[in-house]
Amino acid sequence: MATETPPGDPVDASAAVRVRPFTLTAGRTKPRVELPVEATLRRLGSASAGPVEAHLTRILEVCDRRSVAEVAALVAMPIGVVRVLLADLVELGQVRVQTTIQEDSTYAERRDLIERTLRGLRTL
Amino acid sequence: MDSARSSDPRTAASTKIVVAGGFGVGKTTLVGTVSEIMPLRTEALVTNQSEGIDDLAAVPRKGTTTVAMDFGRITLGEDLVLYLFGTPGQRRFWFMWDDLCLGAIGAIVLVDTERLDEAFSPLDYFEQRGLPFIVAVNQFEDAAQYPLEDVAAALALSPGTPVIRIDARRRESVKQALVRVTEFSLERLSAAVGA
Repeated sequence: MATETPPGDPVDASAAVRVRPFTLTAGRTKPRVELPVEATLRRLGSASAGPVEAHLTRILEVCDRRSVAEVAALVAMPIGVVRVLLADLVELGQVRVQTTIQEDSTYAERRDLIERTLRGLRTL
Repeated sequence: MDSARSSDPRTAASTKIVVAGGFGVGKTTLVGTVSEIMPLRTEALVTNQSEGIDDLAAVPRKGTTTVAMDFGRITLGEDLVLYLFGTPGQRRFWFMWDDLCLGAIGAIVLVDTERLDEAFSPLDYFEQRGLPFIVAVNQFEDAAQYPLEDVAAALALSPGTPVIRIDARRRESVKQALVRVTEFSLERLSAAVGA
């Protein structure tokens, strides 16, 4: 029933969001793919999957070379909603997620990232 | 065999540093000073089931509200982008920080010496989670300048925690803070493996 709201269904506190946030995800709050807020997205060749829904198209249009957080800000949706939708796009083969440091990252991977960051900051 | 390094598929393409502190301490100013984009605002959902959330009583109905995070971006090279996330310091937002701090290089706890107590909650959190952090005193023009040792003592920081003074409006000053927290993160990582 349309009147049934999932637990934790949000009160819309943002004028920019014109529908209740998690209706776009059919009530799903857990993304199927790991998506840290800083993860960079790459749009893939759209040859594969067929047409996507309008709210996904908006996300597709802005996501290339941007982070999850930037996409959320640009489409004016809460980050949790955007995560679920981006994960759908990943599963549809429309979007790829670039590497970030995760819980299982190795010492060498962490060290490499911190050193590259330090070099970059020093030459700013 | 010499291809092993360059072809590492797990080279991170982006990373983040968290900027925490009380309202009005200058988090968004700091982010804006070094960001290459106008700081953006994103929102996370907060449910009232979380403890203490009732403080956000500006929302008349029980249910869920949102908390805003301002963030900026710095391109550090062709293959690396650094994001800075400014996050509210109150304890009731801790649930959100787990997500924000996972994989972060470290944190800058921005403090106003007139309101030191607002730093307690972020300090507790980062200490508990083992995220490397530095304390940056945002020196407001009209505020008294306390010796940094006194600030460290007042905040009961563990020995070795870097404490610096910055001006969040000055790019060079903010850059130094970012360098310092990144250096400290590297020191901590090396110490952790005894390297």
